[in-house]
Amino acid sequence: MLFYIARRLLFAAFTIWFIATATFFAMHAVPGDPLTQEKAMSPAVRAQLEARYGLDKPLDEQYLLFLGNMLRGDFGISFTQENRRVNDIIREHFPISATLGLAAILIALVGGVAAGSVAAHFRNRWPDRAVIFAVIAAISLPGFVIAAMAQLLIVRLNSAVDSTWLPVAGWGGVEHVWIPALVLGLGTMAYLSRLMRASMLEVLSSDYVLAARSRGIGPWRLFWGHQLRNAILPVVTELGPSIAAITTGGFVVELIFAIPGLGRYFVQAVQQLDYTVIMGTTVFYGAFLVIVVMLVDISYGIIDPRIRLTSGRRR
Amino acid sequence: MFPGAIARLSATLRQLLLLVLCLLPALSGHAAAVDPVDQRITLALATEPPTLNSSIATDSIGSFVLSHLMEGLLRYGPGGELEGGVAERWQLEESGARFWLRSDARWSDGKPVTAHDFVFAWRHALKPATASQYAFIFFPIKNAEAIQAGQLPANTLGVRAVSERELVVEFARPCPYFLSLTAFMTFMPLREDAVEKWGRAYAADADKMLVNGAFTLNKWVHGAHLRLRKNRHYWDRDSVKIREIDLPYITSDPSAQFNLFRDGQIALANLDTGLLDEAVKRGHPIHHFHTGALYFLEFNFREGRVTGNYYFRKALQYIIDPATLVNKIIGLPGVLPAYSLFPMTVRGVAAPFREEYPEMRVKADIALARRYLARAKKELGLEAFPPLMLLVGDSPRALQEAEYYQYVLQQGLGLEVRIDQQVFKQRLEKMRRGDFDIVAAAWGPDYDDIMTFADLFASWNDNNRGRYHNPAYDYWVSLAQQSSDPVERFEAMARLQNIVTEDVPILPTYENGALYVQHPMLKGVRRNVFGGDPSFRFAWIER
Repeated sequence: MLFYIARRLLFAAFTIWFIATATFFAMHAVPGDPLTQEKAMSPAVRAQLEARYGLDKPLDEQYLLFLGNMLRGDFGISFTQENRRVNDIIREHFPISATLGLAAILIALVGGVAAGSVAAHFRNRWPDRAVIFAVIAAISLPGFVIAAMAQLLIVRLNSAVDSTWLPVAGWGGVEHVWIPALVLGLGTMAYLSRLMRASMLEVLSSDYVLAARSRGIGPWRLFWGHQLRNAILPVVTELGPSIAAITTGGFVVELIFAIPGLGRYFVQAVQQLDYTVIMGTTVFYGAFLVIVVMLVDISYGIIDPRIRLTSGRRR
Repeated sequence: MFPGAIARLSATLRQLLLLVLCLLPALSGHAAAVDPVDQRITLALATEPPTLNSSIATDSIGSFVLSHLMEGLLRYGPGGELEGGVAERWQLEESGARFWLRSDARWSDGKPVTAHDFVFAWRHALKPATASQYAFIFFPIKNAEAIQAGQLPANTLGVRAVSERELVVEFARPCPYFLSLTAFMTFMPLREDAVEKWGRAYAADADKMLVNGAFTLNKWVHGAHLRLRKNRHYWDRDSVKIREIDLPYITSDPSAQFNLFRDGQIALANLDTGLLDEAVKRGHPIHHFHTGALYFLEFNFREGRVTGNYYFRKALQYIIDPATLVNKIIGLPGVLPAYSLFPMTVRGVAAPFREEYPEMRVKADIALARRYLARAKKELGLEAFPPLMLLVGDSPRALQEAEYYQYVLQQGLGLEVRIDQQVFKQRLEKMRRGDFDIVAAAWGPDYDDIMTFADLFASWNDNNRGRYHNPAYDYWVSLAQQSSDPVERFEAMARLQNIVTEDVPILPTYENGALYVQHPMLKGVRRNVFGGDPSFRFAWIER
């Protein structure tokens, strides 16, 4: 087990280095630079700014400098948010994206597993059809449409009761989390429920379920003890990438609901060619993704007794 | 279960439900759009201000916030006219200016604002190390250009504090618009001890800056929330009615802002094309104002571009009709077709410039356009014209506009237009490199004088992206820059206006307008071309 984790960590470090390097050179290959502004800049001002950010050095030197700073965990100062350190931007805004993302995952997981199980148990009857319809709708509608519709719905609801039941946008309290989280998690919920349905159908027709049922085990005990535990495995596997996708993909939701998360900085940095913020957020998100996937792989072994990571020894 | 138990349970449930319903509005207890008792307004910002350091800020959001926090020697009054700010009187001459500061002007820590604070701020902005992008705006002051280029030390700048309350400015060239410059954000005072204390972090947080304007920055949570409170040290505090401006929402999505407005959470929201119908349908009165920005097609005069040919540009001038573009394609109230380098908002001697010096207008004429094109073809010795590269931004409106030009040039002149749609930075980079035949560009005025548009296509201006070079154009710009006689200056500007129509370095297309909705109880809001927009400095909430 320890050997396995060590090996995974080594691979993770390599992956992160690769992400950083590829992003660094791709970013510098894009025409324009962070100093490009609507108004022309005098050569004197430009030279000063280039020196301040080290853009006057050759690219390979900039790269080595960046790698050195990255190893020390320092991503430098943002170009567009003047005088703000990239580390501060990540530290202040990632917890917000993470809160939103975790709430979204929770909703997606509970909703997806429940909907998928219901659909499987009522195969080809109306609850199944309803779930499938909702799944297709949620998967086909882009996030910004759902988000905009949800916000409009809140406005309608509030004006119908002539009070502010649900906040239209903003961040700060528990009441600000749920609707954006639901919107953010909807796509994943749909995907997970489809996965859960397929996997549950397989479990339902398996021999051990038949055997358990013939032993007279009640439907609820059967569900919790046998069906759910087996059927949920593929869902858990998907959870890692889903967590990463949700915590990093909240840009649209953060924009529409005016939530000060990191996703906004991530996307705006690319639009603005804010080199330091692009590198900081990409490496951070990359590392986050790699670690989450690794943790899921390890937890997989804990849930499923058939997968044991201690190599060589068989039970 | 017994029926009694069910009844008890449902009673508990009912109570719970009631409790939740009561709690919900309390939970989302955001301040409403306007609060007449506390004179508080709530608004949304499109983006976070990149910096609130007045010597380096360049963006419109920073300008909006700073205009409420800071005050220069002069300021814009309730009617948009220049009036005394920190200076109580002044004297403007051909060779320089002199300002007498009022004794009760105070920083937010209670210390007086002195002439030294202006000397320091202006020198600071010009130091090459500060790398202020607006440094050029000081260039009418003696030695400013050389200081910015690093050829002279900052203390040689033509500005000095004769006493704590008297400031003398020496000009490098006559600057009849200098008073309006002193209301611009880069001209705001800075206190040396504060800038030195916080260094590069100055004005990066609410507690790391000093202000001298109508409001103080009470709160700044990055990317999330700003709050401005009335400044009790402000000399003119009695004229400030609004006690708090709360900015708890930051989103650049116009629909989100409009939804917040509909829900009564914010007092003002800008509208885009899509939201206009919605707002009208809901019965909100629509306000609009001219932003003073000019949109135009800019031609590339670099070697090997057909757009360098006079007859080619004339052909395009006679077929592209700004009125059709504005009325049929853009279709927004407040947007005006443009026929001149100078928008309607530019001032002349005593009235708007365009009233004093009306522009020549070219009437669309396909036959004439075709004759011009044939002449261009002959002169260039071409069999056929190569496809034209039209560089545009990535907004929906930019694309609509580009498709209109594409259609008109194809149908009318048989010219093939390739639309090169680029995101912000890449478009700017291509403009800088000259990688276009025609670019859809825009210019917003920096200061309240016609020169902010006039010198745009002078051969020495870095913003002249098409590298237009016309000695006559340069001559009239220089003449106006050297003169302080208003009639002589505006006569020269009228010549420029004619050159633009005659020689077509650019094709003006429209003057932009902005649409917005506003809370009916909120009064006295000013929408500004200069000095920060919108301004709540003289606003109040009607009870």
